[in-house]
Amino acid sequence: MFSEFFQFTFSGITLGAIYALVALGFTLIYNASHVINFAQGEFLMIGGMGTVVLMDAGVPIYFAIPLAIAMAGVAGILLHRLAIAPAKNADVVTLIIITIGASIFLRGLAQVFWGKEYHALPNFSATESISLGGATLLTQSLWILGIAAVLVTALGLFFTRTALGKALLATSMNKDAASLMGIKTSAILMMAFGISAVIGAAAGVIVAPITLTSYDIGIMLGLKGFIAAAIGGLGSSTGAILGGLLLGLAEAYTAGYISSDYKDAVPFVIILAILFFLPNGLLGSRAVERV
Amino acid sequence: MKRTLKQLAAGAVTALGLTLATVPAQAADTIRIGSFLSVTGPASFLGDPELKTLELYIDKINERGGVLGKQLELIHYDDAGDASKARTFANRLLRQDRVDLIVGGSTTGATMAAVPLIQQAGVPFISLAGAETITTPVKKWVFKTPQSDRQAARRILMDMEERGLTKIGLISGTGGFGASGRNVTKEEAGNFGIEIVADETYNPKDTDTTAQLTRIRNTDGVQAILNFDFGQGPAIVTRNYAQLGIDLPFYQSHGVASDSFLELAGDAAEGLRLPASALLVADKLPESDPQYEVLNRYKSDYESRYDESVSTFGAYAYDGLQLAIQAINKAGGTDKAKVRDALESIDGAVGVTGTYRMSAEDHMGLDAESFRILQVEDGDWALTE
Repeated sequence: MFSEFFQFTFSGITLGAIYALVALGFTLIYNASHVINFAQGEFLMIGGMGTVVLMDAGVPIYFAIPLAIAMAGVAGILLHRLAIAPAKNADVVTLIIITIGASIFLRGLAQVFWGKEYHALPNFSATESISLGGATLLTQSLWILGIAAVLVTALGLFFTRTALGKALLATSMNKDAASLMGIKTSAILMMAFGISAVIGAAAGVIVAPITLTSYDIGIMLGLKGFIAAAIGGLGSSTGAILGGLLLGLAEAYTAGYISSDYKDAVPFVIILAILFFLPNGLLGSRAVERV
Repeated sequence: MKRTLKQLAAGAVTALGLTLATVPAQAADTIRIGSFLSVTGPASFLGDPELKTLELYIDKINERGGVLGKQLELIHYDDAGDASKARTFANRLLRQDRVDLIVGGSTTGATMAAVPLIQQAGVPFISLAGAETITTPVKKWVFKTPQSDRQAARRILMDMEERGLTKIGLISGTGGFGASGRNVTKEEAGNFGIEIVADETYNPKDTDTTAQLTRIRNTDGVQAILNFDFGQGPAIVTRNYAQLGIDLPFYQSHGVASDSFLELAGDAAEGLRLPASALLVADKLPESDPQYEVLNRYKSDYESRYDESVSTFGAYAYDGLQLAIQAINKAGGTDKAKVRDALESIDGAVGVTGTYRMSAEDHMGLDAESFRILQVEDGDWALTE
């Protein structure tokens, strides 16, 4: 009875940790520009698939991972320079649509050049799972949670303690005023895309031992990550983690206690309920409409 | 000036005469085999080895002098996995190219889109797609070479019955393949005295199925678990199975009978069983096996020409072409009705996928025994007996 409950909880934590890490990637670009970057899932894919492709080419895993993450960073900067920056006067919805286009483009490139096969990455720890109270937990889930915690702390410090982070927040609050204060808003945005891509790619590498990786892995993970970010409140790093874990646990408990057939309906019910009662998510900042 | 005109006219007449003479002559001298396959697009893993196999063997047969003294001519179109394109190309094959028979249709969608046209035109058609609906109910001109998932389900249940397993848990994907496999397994289980005590599903894109597996493990009396699906889902189920340390006998379907599944699932796959084409273990079969020679010849022919591993999908095309040629030989020509009758009367043609026994009631001709039960041992496939 209890071991069953533990197992469902561990399943939920595994799922939730993955969603949370993906959700984190959305916060930076959102904070800088209020754009929801739907190509975030593709950065994950570049991280995971890039590592696989480099390893196939004979690069040892210790070099393949940073190389793949750097590759995603470059892709993020290029995405900003080539697709977002030229449309700088467009409104947010147009920019969001541009990111959807970019995600389809990146997925297409990966499909043509890297193939359509699924690949697995090795676990980070030698022991694959640990046993607790009659249930098993993947050690990789702990890695994911740990790295997510480090990222949240780092992002928090970045926004509150560094001039760059403050410049980024200023840009998001009022672009014109920030620009008048001497902040290079275009460079700030480019940096936000680059760092988001790096966070996304790192997430893609860390979750790959559990989720496997392929050219289209970004669709599902990106969408679930976005739901997690929306539940937690877009723009809040802690909210992203909370939203991810909530979503993962809800899915696992539904599959375990009700029926696996209804599992996929859960995220949508949760997001409807939360957006109805808390339109800004659990930890989102209250929007102030200026008239 | 006058002379040049005359010469031109003469030349034109000769040219016209030549074309008029060559077209019918060519049509009479070759046996025209039409094909539409998904060589590109999402189903290219099916269509690509199928086309390569057809080209390989049509070349080989032509080098040896063709069939009934005639050369074979392959007329092929790529439907890119699109059913409406398949219909257009089938129409072109029938009306414009006037082929003698068709071997093709990589996917069930493409096949079913072409079937009404082919039935109407009355041309023998051998499909390379899996679904049971293609030949059930029997359609006069339509045959197919792959087994349906019903045969796979039967083969698995047969093996469970032999091992004395009577209560099983089923976990399947909600995609087309998994859902269909779940249905046939539930329909067939009773015939083997097997009861499905737990029935769980997952989304084909899910990344964790431990909750579902825990539910099955905690069901009273469950003796074995079957996962019916294809793609990466079964690899995740297999990894979760090992993670949870479940020690019940574990079965997968023919959907994952490939080396890439072993790579994805890794050590977790150790000990699991699944029904598969004998092609996967061609080199491990005893030489006395009736399929031994056919299997190994196809494998070495394909691998020496294309420098890539042979696949069971290419084998469907091999069997389709061999059945077509056998029928043409038996009919003594390409008369469509006679070729059709000859196809229907094929009894005991040893192919790569199995031994075909067609009849008026069965246009697929394979039974569950054409699948071999394989077990994963030391990261490789092994035969069980």
